[in-house]
Amino acid sequence: MIDIAFFFEIIPALLAGLPLTLQLAGSSIVIGFVLALMLALAQQGNHRILVWPIRTFVAVFRGTPLLVQMFLIYYGLGQFRPSLQAMGLWWLFREPYWCAIFALSLNTAAYGSEILRGAIQGVPRGLVETATAFGMSRLLTLRLVVLPLAFRQAIPGYSNEIILMVKGTSLASIITLMEVTGIAQGLISQTYRAVEVFVAAGAIYLTLNFTMISALNALEAWLTPYRVRA
Amino acid sequence: MKRYLLAALASAVSMFGIVQTTVAQDAPKSITIATEGAYAPWNFTTADGKLDGLEIELANDLCARMKIECTIIAQDWDGLIPSLTVGKFDVIMASMFITTKRLETIDFTQPYAVDPSGFAVAKDSELGKMGISAEKFKLDDEAASAAAIEKLKPLLKGMVIGVQAATTNLDFVKKYFGDTVEIREYKTTEQHDLDLAAGRIDGLFAQQTALAATLASPDLSNFTIAGPGFVGGVFGFGTGAGLRKEDTKLKEMLNAAIDGAIADGTIKRISEKWVKTDVTPVK
Repeated sequence: MIDIAFFFEIIPALLAGLPLTLQLAGSSIVIGFVLALMLALAQQGNHRILVWPIRTFVAVFRGTPLLVQMFLIYYGLGQFRPSLQAMGLWWLFREPYWCAIFALSLNTAAYGSEILRGAIQGVPRGLVETATAFGMSRLLTLRLVVLPLAFRQAIPGYSNEIILMVKGTSLASIITLMEVTGIAQGLISQTYRAVEVFVAAGAIYLTLNFTMISALNALEAWLTPYRVRA
Repeated sequence: MKRYLLAALASAVSMFGIVQTTVAQDAPKSITIATEGAYAPWNFTTADGKLDGLEIELANDLCARMKIECTIIAQDWDGLIPSLTVGKFDVIMASMFITTKRLETIDFTQPYAVDPSGFAVAKDSELGKMGISAEKFKLDDEAASAAAIEKLKPLLKGMVIGVQAATTNLDFVKKYFGDTVEIREYKTTEQHDLDLAAGRIDGLFAQQTALAATLASPDLSNFTIAGPGFVGGVFGFGTGAGLRKEDTKLKEMLNAAIDGAIADGTIKRISEKWVKTDVTPVK
């Protein structure tokens, strides 16, 4: 049923969308991680004024579909052009590219902050107390003791989030960004051959994510050699 | 000898398509018609969730003529043809142009409407100041349409134009204006209307009747249809009802019903009601 010649013909066309997919995934993963770390650390204290807004943000972004978030950020905010222009933010929300990165970053920040919060809280208290007993400042303890251990623990959970982000970029075509999935849908409408095109697009995502998983597994093995999986 | 002659005659007749099918198909008692439900005024969803528009009214009229029961459903544009071929419904009436490319996969009735495509831009842009031209260019007439396109190019240079993805409109803009304008592809026309109002794009390219309906919105009062309309060529042979190639009996029935609706002025009446122009195809 699958036409092999056609299958190889469409791969280059689909690969033309790969740079955009990588840019969207790459930027949102990096920005999202920085945000997630800040949100996770801010929640370590007990300042309600700080913690409650963060919890609300996390609840909203984890509780609604990424598709809806992207729609609201792009088409929703597009209706508030005068106010956004007054705030000097229209240049950001005018472009679908920045809207996509904005939506993806906030989404992954919400999930990532919970992964990191758990990992930070999982660092044994005794270690922190020992560091304090040695006279290390809170910042130094965080940098040398807590964060390295927390990151190590967070890798498996965070790999999931990274993979989900790579796949999440496929929604960017609804806001006019022609990444791999957007191009795939265009090809289907030209050829009406959904199976070959989606199999090829799926193969590209699989390769991409497989590479990502292998790299993250290697990192995990390097940081925790005592529990390397068989 | 006589029998052989008759048989030869019969096969000659069927070869010339006078007898369309060797095995006569039964007339269906009920069919499901799919539309997009997001392409006002041709087909759209009203605030209370009902489907309405030119094609909905025409579909009901055709079903009454065929004396069969019809269910009209809404389906995403890019899923229409794949869903038809796997049998999720029987007929597409979604302002879909008959093109040779689509005819490779599905069959169409004769056109029930012919509607030119054109640009909409800001009234104060150079092209916008020209306003709508009554000229319609048939792309099959290459010399005339090429001249019209060359005239439009400098006026459109550098503009960001919104077009619905997976349409002949997109094929047209890509082919003739791909090096002149920046193209943004949208899933629905409602989305490019929103972006035009938000100022993210400078113009639209769509069927002129659809543009006229869009621009009636107060948010878009600064925009106008501008330049000539284009028909033929990549736009194909007009708007027809899509159906599976094997449903020859249904095609026959629909064609007869469309003939009737053209002859007694129903299509003229319905189209003037919905799109303010007569889109009755010229036979």
